[in-house]
Amino acid sequence: MSVVLMQHALLLAMVLFALGTIGVLMRRNLIVMLMSIEIMLNAAGLAFIAAGSRWGQADGQVMFILILALAAAEVAVGLALILRLYQRLGTLDADAANQMRG
Amino acid sequence: MLSPLAFIPAFPLLGFAILFVTAGLLPKRCITTIGVGSVGIAAILALIVMVAFLGAPKPYTEVVWTWIAVSGLTPHVGFYLDALSGLMMLVVAFVSFLIHLYSAEFMSTDEGYSRYFAYMNLFVASMLVLVLADNLLFLYLGWEGVGLCSYLLIGFWYRDPANGLAARKAFVVTRVGDTAMAIGLFVLFTNLGTLDIQPLMQHAVAHWPVGSTLPIVAAALLLGGALGKSAQLPLQTWLPDAMAGPTPVSALIHAATMVTAGVYLIARMHVLYGLAPPVQTAVAVIGALTLLLAGFSALNQTDLKRILAYSTISQIGYMFLALGVGAWSAAIFHFMTHAFFKALLFLSAGVVVQRLGEEHDIFKMGGLRGRLPLAFWTFLIGSISLAALPLIDAGFYSKDLILWEAWSDGTLGPWLWAAGLIGALLTAIYIFRAVFVVFFGPLKLEPTGLTGLRIAIPLVVLSILALVAGFVEIPPYLGNVPAFSQFMQSSLPAPPAPVSAGSILELMLSASAAVVAVLGVGIAYIAFRRRPAFLEALVRSPACLALQHFWETGWGLDWLYDRAVVRPFLWVARIDQGDVIDRFYSGLASLSQAAYRQLSESETGRVRRYATGITAGSIVLIAILVFA
Repeated sequence: MSVVLMQHALLLAMVLFALGTIGVLMRRNLIVMLMSIEIMLNAAGLAFIAAGSRWGQADGQVMFILILALAAAEVAVGLALILRLYQRLGTLDADAANQMRG
Repeated sequence: MLSPLAFIPAFPLLGFAILFVTAGLLPKRCITTIGVGSVGIAAILALIVMVAFLGAPKPYTEVVWTWIAVSGLTPHVGFYLDALSGLMMLVVAFVSFLIHLYSAEFMSTDEGYSRYFAYMNLFVASMLVLVLADNLLFLYLGWEGVGLCSYLLIGFWYRDPANGLAARKAFVVTRVGDTAMAIGLFVLFTNLGTLDIQPLMQHAVAHWPVGSTLPIVAAALLLGGALGKSAQLPLQTWLPDAMAGPTPVSALIHAATMVTAGVYLIARMHVLYGLAPPVQTAVAVIGALTLLLAGFSALNQTDLKRILAYSTISQIGYMFLALGVGAWSAAIFHFMTHAFFKALLFLSAGVVVQRLGEEHDIFKMGGLRGRLPLAFWTFLIGSISLAALPLIDAGFYSKDLILWEAWSDGTLGPWLWAAGLIGALLTAIYIFRAVFVVFFGPLKLEPTGLTGLRIAIPLVVLSILALVAGFVEIPPYLGNVPAFSQFMQSSLPAPPAPVSAGSILELMLSASAAVVAVLGVGIAYIAFRRRPAFLEALVRSPACLALQHFWETGWGLDWLYDRAVVRPFLWVARIDQGDVIDRFYSGLASLSQAAYRQLSESETGRVRRYATGITAGSIVLIAILVFA
């Protein structure tokens, strides 16, 4: 992969990561926040793939598989938490779960 | 190979450790076995060690390990055995064992049974460490251990605030003396470079001329410690209040442990006191004053145990008097006989008090002679020995020796002797006052309950000892058996040669002491048995009442200390609550409280805000990594 192509790929990853971050910070719906985190994870994964391909190393792909596993675990735990919160609060609004404020 | 010496304090300490850790979870039989057994083993070991020592009377040191080693200060955990420490050890272990045996029955219904034996074992262990220590720092450890245990045991029934107050008083008052003693140890160490007692004494003799400043300062400071522990003027006020504890505790404090520590310390450091003649004279004068003061106070007490408490102060005064005139072995002799008869008096008084349902006032008792024959006979034997009635009891021989050697001491001698003689008269009056009031006359309170074997055995054994223990030292005019002073000579020098040993004079002085003792009993008999009406008429006059109250409250010293020390201190503490230092620390506290409030504001509970924080922090961190 050429340098130019990698730069494009990294740019895309950056844009995706920024979008994901904005999604997490701005949206109040818990499901959407979870999806935004997925986008951030995949952006990081894309950066790894691009870098691994640029230097012809397998490490990038190894890291991506690791990120996939992490994402799967995160979704499993996250969805379970969201389900419990929904049962408890009757809404998916993250700001409603502020009962532990100092 | 360790000799049994090191194990003598170890067993009571082990007993304490087991009872302390198990905290009363053990079955009662087990607690008794451990609590009494550990001291019993210590007593047996002490006997074995002493028999071996009598066979080969050569002092030796048993070093177990080095306690601390810092720049020249290397105190060992070491035990030193000579005639003095050996005798103390034997008496302490043996009398303590009898008191423990007595306690096994006396305290059997108390809910703090295990706690009681834990403290008692620690008490005995501390006292054994104190007498056997080969250096002053280790001795000081035992010294403080004794103080701690006295606090714990005086306040044993802690639910009554008065008991806690008495315990605190004992602790604080003895602490005044202990502080002086600690400073004395610093003086000795900085000037002589060691705290091991035997080298210390050699250095002191080598470096310090007689009567120079340093030995006087050091001896006076150590005397301060001894005054506190031994309840001598002016630090004696804690002892009468220490009666708040259970009776066997009083017996232990008065007979075997604690109050005799001061006597032991001075006898142990006798070389130092030899270098400081003014301090030694002060010891004698303090002893004489204390024995008179306490004698008058004892005469006016109505609480049976407080009579005995003042009597202890007075008898320790005799020991100090003996120490002050250089009659070292006479002081230790009196310590031994006193340990026997005072333990006996307390234990039989304990029986009386317990059988009458915790009644302490002697004027509410009466006529108990037929109802409590065991308590009567043992108390009578103890009283005879305390009053030093001639020939038949131990107290006579020891007190007689002290009086004789006080007389022989230089210019002050006759005065000290006179004080001792008046003290002897007072002793006989106050103790037989108790005997006549409590055991004779009409029955006022019916005793309840039963006294078992474990109380009877210690009483009988101590009665025998209170009668026969004096026969180890019989004055020249009665057969001349100086076994005790010869035994002591290896560690304590003989007193300066009396003016005319074994003369008609000594016989006359002894006879006058004997007459005075009998006279005291006679006065007590007339005043409290034969003609009580006469005495009542006498004390009804206001002057007499005032004097009686003055003596009863211990010469107003409690009142004086309350006004002169306690109240000013509390006043200063009250008005000084908001000084600079306090402000600084309370400012620190309120600052951290304000910061906490500010920070807790940021805890909104909104997860998006936290995420924003994390993101911002990450950006800053990455920026630093990339651009720095």
